[in-house]
Amino acid sequence: MENRTDDKNTILCRCEDLTREAILDCIRAGFCTIDEIKRVTRAGMGPCQGRTCRLLIAQELSSYYHIPMEEVLMPTFRPPTRPVSMGVLADAWKEGQSGAAENGGKGGTA
Amino acid sequence: MKREYEVIIIGGGIIGCATAFELAKRGITDILLIEKRYLTSGATGRCGAGIRQQWGSELNARLALESTHIFEHLEEYTGYGHSCGLHQGGYLLVAYTQKEWDQFQENLKVQHRLGIDSRALTPQEAKQIVPYLNTDGVYGATFCQKDGHADPFHCTQAYAQGAARMGVEFLTYTEVTGLQIQNGQIAGVETTKGPFSARIVLNCANVHAPELARMAGEEIPVTSERHQALVTEPVAPLIDCMVMAFSRSFYVQQTPHGSFVMGIGPREEPSFSFRSTWQFLEQNCAVMCEALPVLRKLNVVRQWAGQYDLSPDRNPIIDEAKQARGFYSICGFSGHGFMVGPRIAILMANHLAGKDDTMDIRMFSKKRYETGKLLLEPAVV
Repeated sequence: MENRTDDKNTILCRCEDLTREAILDCIRAGFCTIDEIKRVTRAGMGPCQGRTCRLLIAQELSSYYHIPMEEVLMPTFRPPTRPVSMGVLADAWKEGQSGAAENGGKGGTA
Repeated sequence: MKREYEVIIIGGGIIGCATAFELAKRGITDILLIEKRYLTSGATGRCGAGIRQQWGSELNARLALESTHIFEHLEEYTGYGHSCGLHQGGYLLVAYTQKEWDQFQENLKVQHRLGIDSRALTPQEAKQIVPYLNTDGVYGATFCQKDGHADPFHCTQAYAQGAARMGVEFLTYTEVTGLQIQNGQIAGVETTKGPFSARIVLNCANVHAPELARMAGEEIPVTSERHQALVTEPVAPLIDCMVMAFSRSFYVQQTPHGSFVMGIGPREEPSFSFRSTWQFLEQNCAVMCEALPVLRKLNVVRQWAGQYDLSPDRNPIIDEAKQARGFYSICGFSGHGFMVGPRIAILMANHLAGKDDTMDIRMFSKKRYETGKLLLEPAVV
């Protein structure tokens, strides 16, 4: 059976169009964590924020460095959990501000 | 493992890496750069990436102008095989108060003395540059086409890889835990990977510089202030320049990749926090959508936080420890270390290599806080 992981055109980070080979080149050049790879290739910086590629890159690091998956350093997880439009966030701030004014400055942004 | 070096640099951000490169270029190649995590893992990798020459003090305008000349050909300068992402779409600085507008006229005079190609614009002219700008409440703006932004990751890598090719060694994921001082002279550092000796140690650890300096008996008046930023999904080109306002304390730019990077800068209590807040996310969007309503449609994909190494006059400190000669702290960049990094590195390297420089390094000494010769800057976010 064909070993699919040997295919140089396998896409590893879909948002940023990065192949497995591009990630491997980066690992071979000495970048040894997901965060370092992200900074030079943009892997994990797209709309999904690494939801797909994070663990795939971790697997590559794990096999290259012969370390267990749980020892691969994970990047920081940051808000928002999924993309949110700036308009929605801006309106939420204004509602919170007017709500706070109505409550005599004591209200939150609920 | 080699244990003795001529120079040890602590910190793998733009200042540490650029200084390593400039020293190596001047023949000082026996250098070890020690970084606690990985290159750009601190302030450099979290910064807003802007490069502007539209400063209000001659010092900053000059540092930025001369750094820009290097950013303009950094790939060639360092022999880097990837683009450093410089985009000179300009900076549009927007004045929302009369006082700010008056200050801009003063700033322009300083910039013009140095040959910086900046100019004043009416709100209507500003709108020609950024058609999406909401000009309500705008007094005027200034613009300099040569301002812009670059990729902090690749710029730092360019310097680091250029330095490595000349023989500089890098030790990442290694923390400096102590200093060796003998007879009032720095002798080396203790690290989580053992001791290393050197007669010159450069403390380029940004917000962590004061705690290292304290080990050398020096108090550096720098505090750490969290600043947050966010990035949107990429979209087609909308705005070519950075849009920035001091009174409303915001900056926003579209990167060559298509995403928008932006931030607002409320003052905070000193902390080493890297945490994100929901309040920032909402408030930032409210401020930005007011200035540029077109942004309402964009989706935010990530927010993050980094730190300004704030000095009392918001300008860099370059200081040699009195009780540990040869130990230099280079910090206090207060949020604009990336854009002046290339020139600061040259200044530092010239000083250590005994070469002349057109700038006097002594003016950056922390002595200025005692003598009152502060390096005041009217144009900061």
